[in-house]
Amino acid sequence: MKLITAIIKPFKLDDVKTALNAAGITGMTVSEASGFGRQRGHTEVYRGAEYTVDLVPKVRLEVLVDSADVDSVIETIVKAASTGSIGDGKVWATTVDHIVRVRTGERGVDAI
Amino acid sequence: MNYNSGDTAWIIVAAAMVLLMTPGLAFFYGGMVRGKNVLGMLAQNYVTMGVVSVLWITGVYSLAFSGKGKWIGDFHQFGLNHIWQQGTGFETLTIPPLVFCAFQLMFAIITPALITGATADRLKFGAWTLFSGIWLVIVYAPVAHWVFSPSGWLFKLGALDFAGGTVVHANAGAAALAVILVIGKRKGWPKERMRPHNVPFVLLGTGLLWFGWFGFNAGSALAANTTSAFAFVNTNTATGAALLAWMLTEKIRDGHATTLGAASGAVAGLVAITPACGFVSPMGSIAIGFGAGVICALAVGLKHKFGYDDALDVVGVHLVGGIFGALSIGLFATKMTNSAGTNGFFYKGGWTLMGHQAVAVLAVVAYSFIVTYILAQILDKTIGLRVSEDDENVGLDLSQHAETAYETASYSDGSRFTSNFAKQ
Repeated sequence: MKLITAIIKPFKLDDVKTALNAAGITGMTVSEASGFGRQRGHTEVYRGAEYTVDLVPKVRLEVLVDSADVDSVIETIVKAASTGSIGDGKVWATTVDHIVRVRTGERGVDAI
Repeated sequence: MNYNSGDTAWIIVAAAMVLLMTPGLAFFYGGMVRGKNVLGMLAQNYVTMGVVSVLWITGVYSLAFSGKGKWIGDFHQFGLNHIWQQGTGFETLTIPPLVFCAFQLMFAIITPALITGATADRLKFGAWTLFSGIWLVIVYAPVAHWVFSPSGWLFKLGALDFAGGTVVHANAGAAALAVILVIGKRKGWPKERMRPHNVPFVLLGTGLLWFGWFGFNAGSALAANTTSAFAFVNTNTATGAALLAWMLTEKIRDGHATTLGAASGAVAGLVAITPACGFVSPMGSIAIGFGAGVICALAVGLKHKFGYDDALDVVGVHLVGGIFGALSIGLFATKMTNSAGTNGFFYKGGWTLMGHQAVAVLAVVAYSFIVTYILAQILDKTIGLRVSEDDENVGLDLSQHAETAYETASYSDGSRFTSNFAKQ
């Protein structure tokens, strides 16, 4: 079992969600995040004074999947989240030891 | 008593409109501070509404407008005693003296409130409350008497100030500069630049100010007549021109016209047209507004050059705009707008009026700066004007009022999920 975490541009969330749903992914967790990578920040100007805002708003999306599905799910996310310009984000997967569905107590792959 | 019901009704409404300017100002300023100081800003403005409302009725109105004194009023109308008597020089007014008193009260509220923009994020709430009351008595009352009362020396000299360019704006701007020189910079300024936490608030406040300012300026005719109509139209025209001029200046200098620039330009225009609105032509008001928009947009950069922390540009907008507006009368005043006025330089009036305007500006700015500086020094040495470093870090909302404006946790710079460092 794997946890796929994707940091994407906020306005790409709908596209990614739709693509994952179409690929049969039935659940995900989404949170507001902020950060920077190669994109660094952006400049804002207030009354002529420049401010460098280095942490830019992003969306963090998390999906639990069966290990066999990792590659296809990552590919789905990357395809849907890409704009080709700098700041599109990152996707990574980590191994998950235990998953429990709270309502039923199911464990492992059944709980995904 | 031949009161005119139309005039009276208009001035009562105008007074209410001017009162609304202080909450408007509170939001104009409140949006520009960091999220941890927004309640502190609102509280300082609202408490000024409380302090001045009570003191004005108790005695300050009498000090400002009663009697024949050249420098200051008298005690004749203390506690609104004899308030049925029209003040010296106001005999021809067609509104009850109590209505005039209420209208002038609203000016007395917003003038000290203007100072809070410069001192943002670092004044103790109690110290501000005390300061605003004392300042009202020793600075506002005499200056209002000099300029607005027909017995006052600047009024007699022939200096023109229709609605308070010197009394309100240059006065508050000079006082603001004095206080910030005493209390010093915000912690971290200018290395750590402090972004406005809510620009929509700033624009909302600007809208309230613009609306209320019609009461301020057109109401200063103290009647509902052609002069008030000119004041109304000139106010709106100059404000529009200044908004455009500020945004244009930004577009040329910085590459973008900003919403904060639109708000700032509008306020700069309102400030500059205030003394002139009842004396100039609508075409003249375009020139005044446009000039104010450009000059103030450039003037707000001065603090970075001179290193004084005028947090929200009270000096750059109100002192500079107020002086510019007061002097512009010397150029643009025309008797075609107001037969009680004088012709300025562009209307074959020569430089005489400009001379009077310059004397009024100098006198008001010098008096306000010096007396405020001494007052601020005394208060700072005794009760202390400034919050402790810890309190400043935590923010005024929590440290002064035990409240927070927003549920979301804020980081130390008052922003959420973002941090900023000045581009050096």
